[in-house]
Parts: sequence; C-alpha cells; structure tokens
Amino acid sequence: MTTPVLQAAARLRAPSRWRAWEIVLWVAIWVTPFAFASHAALISEIAIFALFALSLDMILGYAGIVSLGHAAFFGAGAYGAALFAKWVMPDPLVGLAVGIAVGALLGVLTSPLIVRGTDLTRLMITMGVAGVLLELANKFDNITGGIDGLEGLVVGPLLGRFDFDLAGRVASFYSLAVLFVAFLLLRRVVHSPLGVSLQALRDNRLRVAAIGMSVNGRLAAVYTLGAALAGAAGALLAQTTGFVSLDVFEFHRSADVMLALVIGGAGWLWGGLVGAIGFKVLHDLISNVTPEYWTFWIGLILVVLMLVGRERLFRPWTWWRRGSK
Amino acid sequence: MAQGLEVSEVVLRTHSLVKRFGGITATNKVSLDIVRGARHALIGPNGAGKTTLINQLTGVAAPTSGRVELQGRDITDLAPHKRVGLGLVRTFQINQLFGTLTPLQSLALAVASRVGAAHRWWQPMGADLAVAAECEALLAQFRLEEHAERPTKELPYGKRRLLEIALAVAQKPSVLLLDEPAAGVPASERADILATVSALPVDVSVVLIEHDMDLVFSFATRITVLVNGTVLTEGTPAEIAVDPQVKAVYLGEAEFRHG
Repeated sequence: MTTPVLQAAARLRAPSRWRAWEIVLWVAIWVTPFAFASHAALISEIAIFALFALSLDMILGYAGIVSLGHAAFFGAGAYGAALFAKWVMPDPLVGLAVGIAVGALLGVLTSPLIVRGTDLTRLMITMGVAGVLLELANKFDNITGGIDGLEGLVVGPLLGRFDFDLAGRVASFYSLAVLFVAFLLLRRVVHSPLGVSLQALRDNRLRVAAIGMSVNGRLAAVYTLGAALAGAAGALLAQTTGFVSLDVFEFHRSADVMLALVIGGAGWLWGGLVGAIGFKVLHDLISNVTPEYWTFWIGLILVVLMLVGRERLFRPWTWWRRGSK
Repeated sequence: MAQGLEVSEVVLRTHSLVKRFGGITATNKVSLDIVRGARHALIGPNGAGKTTLINQLTGVAAPTSGRVELQGRDITDLAPHKRVGLGLVRTFQINQLFGTLTPLQSLALAVASRVGAAHRWWQPMGADLAVAAECEALLAQFRLEEHAERPTKELPYGKRRLLEIALAVAQKPSVLLLDEPAAGVPASERADILATVSALPVDVSVVLIEHDMDLVFSFATRITVLVNGTVLTEGTPAEIAVDPQVKAVYLGEAEFRHG
C-alpha cells in the first residue's frame, strides 16, 4: 500500500519543488546590485515594482479577481510608512511593517466590495476605491502634503547600521531582500492547499462552494494578502526615495502593474517578476531612444502579445510550424 | 406518501417547497422524503423544475416559501458550502470542474476541504499522506489514474464526467444529488458512469435526476414524477411504469421506455 500512497503524494508535491532555472535566476538577480552598482536606484525601483506585480498576481493571476485600482493599497502603504517615519519613529523595518499593516487593513475593509458582481463590477469598484483615496489624500493635505507631496522624510539606518545613501545602494539591497522574502513566502502559499484552492476559485467558484469551501472567505483572504504586499511595495518606495506624493494613488500605477503582469504572464509567480523587469527595462531602453513615443511602443507590444499569445511569441521556432497549417 | 418506508430514517425532507420566478411557479408545494440509503429518482419532462428543486436543496437558490431539513435540522437558510459540510453534496448537469488543475489536484482539494485541511498554507499539497492516499483510491475507483496529471480541461468528456462524480464522492456525502450524470456521455463510456453510480456505498442516500429511463429503472427503488413544478406521483418503479397519469405526461416522448 505504501507505494501508491507515496506516488500520489510525490505527484502532488512535484510543482512545489525548486527548479534549477529558478535558482539560477535568483542568483542572477542577487548579482545585479553588485555588478551594476551605478544602477542601484533603478534596481531598487524594479524590485519594488516587481513586488507590486507579485501582489497583483496573487489576486488577479491566482484568484482571478480583476483589479484596476491596486494602487490604492500601494499608496496606503506608502503614506502609512511615510507618516509613521515622520511622526513616530524612523526605523525602516518597523515602517515597512506599518505599511504592510495599513495595506492589509484596507484590503480587509474593501474585500466585501469585490466578492459580488461581475468582472466589470470589480474593475469599476477597484478603480473607484483608488480614486476615492487619491482625492482624500488631496483633500487632507495638512497630513499628506497634498499635491506638493510629503517632503523631508528621514528614514533611519537599516538594521540600525546601514544609512540609506544617495546612490541607492542600500536601497537596492533592501528592496531586493524584501522582494526575495515575499517571493519565498508566496511560493510556499501558492503550492499549499490554500494556494491551489485560489486557482480553483479562478477556474470555477460554483464548484469551490460545492466541495464545501467558502468562496467569499477565500476571496477576502487572498485580497487581503495582495493588499498587504502592495502596501509593502508602497512602503519601500516611500522609504527608499524619501518622498511620497499623490502619484502613489494614480491610475497609471494600477494600469502599469497590470500591464507588467500581463507581459510576464499572470498565474505563475515568475510572471510578476519577469513582467516587472521586462516592463521597466523596455521603458528604460525605449525612453532612451524615443522618449516621447514610449507609450506607442508599449502599446504595440501589448497588442502583438495579446493577439499572437505569449506562448508563441517567445517560441519563435513554432512560428512556421503552426503558420504553415 | 412513503408507505412501507415508515421505519426507515428520513435524512432529507422538504416541506411544501415553493419557488416562484415572477409569475412562473417553478416549484409548487413539493414535499419529499428521502430515506437513508435511498435510490430515489426524480423524473419529469423538460421544464418540470427538477434542477430548480436541486438548486433549492443545495442552497444555490432560496425557496419562496417552505423548508428543507437535513437529518432533522432546518437548513433552509444555510449557505451552500455549509450544507456540503453537513453531507449534502451534488454533481452538476453541466460539468463544473477546475480546468487548469489536474484531477489529482482537484480531488486533493476536495478531500482536504472535507477533512478541514484546505486552509493550510504552510505546507505543500501532498504533505498530508492521508489525503494523498485517499486521492489515490478515488483515482482508482473512478478509473482516472492515467489522466491524473493532465489539466482537467484536456481530459476526454467521459473522464471529466467521472471526475465530476468523483469530486462529490470525495466529500463522503450522506445525501448525494446526481443531476443527469450520464448527460452527453457517449455510449462507449456510459458503462463507466453506470458502474460508478451503482457502486456507491449503500448507506448513502442518492437522489438521481435523469432523462435516461434505462438508467432510472435499473437504478432507482423509488421514483418521484415532477410535472410543472408539482409532484404528480411517487412510487416504486413497477407502479410508475404502469401509472396512466405518467404515461399521459410522457405520451409521445420516445425516451419513456425501459428494459
């Protein structure tokens, strides 16, 4: 009896095993802040964006909740961490925890809004929530600094030892470390029964309920998790740049992160990472050549990607084979 | 109604269930008793309200009036997933599966849900050996071993139909509602479905909704005929087969024949 039991267990566990290429990629990612020290600020920016994309991947890619207002949690985390640093204490790790907590709290509070209705309802509601927060931050400018932003943020040294430098070297290691920890955590979550149940939720909610699981409970849980991670990304941005403005709530942030995730591929963890890196690198490259036509090129790439399909686009050797049919 | 079965324990009971959609009465004062271990078929022409009735039993639709009782407990207002936890499980007329998951993963999720392990996030699927062992047994029972690791959406229709039933059986139901289990299954694969349905544990009460009269008369020991949302009659297969009212309802419908 032991052999068949072990076989099913091994088959169920197989997706959770680390692949060689995953380890290679992570080593490569960790080499970048050493190898490209002059680009430390960009590396930090990409890491933060990747964390933001990962958080959206949980709710969109895994659980299938469409959102065009994910910046709500990013912004809440950013302001939470910034105000905490300004008024309470400057320690970055405690500030990060505050950013996560603020994002999670907002996620819990807004999750009842996204459990009902259609995808279009959810798109509009999430967009609306981000819009409301943007105007609230604008209105209460005595707290948030309004349109001028919250300036003069002093963030203490990391672990009490490493001061954030102007070149952003400490920031790049800090952001990468948080991204790495988040990735490890999510990797554990997505291969667990809870994580697989989220994919089940994306596939068929009716059946999830029919096998005895609460659909709304699971949607709320994953939404909160995504919100907490987006809060972490926002907190990182505030801390590493020492500045927060209304921009953190802007629609383009929600849209960009969705673009990045779609480019990388939603529904697997590397999609968020690859998409974020691809998006930022493309942005950098194209902007260097034609600063004013960046949107044209990203738009074109998106249209081609959607029409041709990611699978085919990144496997040129299949173009002729299928095209000849 | 259920003469001769008074000694048996009723596990699922409806009291004068009514469901109206606007001016249409889809379910009209339906009172049903399903006893432990029943093999109870629910038949009726298209539009008789069979699926609407199932939806009320499982909590997908709320009745306009009337009550549903499961093992003596009023479950009329209970959420669908909580009814499943109490042992009231259904299959769907149209497959409701997890297309991107494999049958093995789907079953593991169903079993984990039943044993209260589906909220675990700190250990991977497969870490729970008891769950894995049960999945292995279910895959064998439903002849899905060869397809265990393919995404469900790539499976042949007959295999998906089997998985549809397997997911329900994984809940270890006390009452199992089968909504047209053989619907759309090609003749070559029907034997598998029939075999699994007749191999269900004897203490499980099975309510079968089916158009296929061969299946109904070979499986059921009790039949309720539903017409226009109302119970027309109820009886043993022998009684139903000679009932003039039933014949009148099915007159001209070629499918009403049994061997």
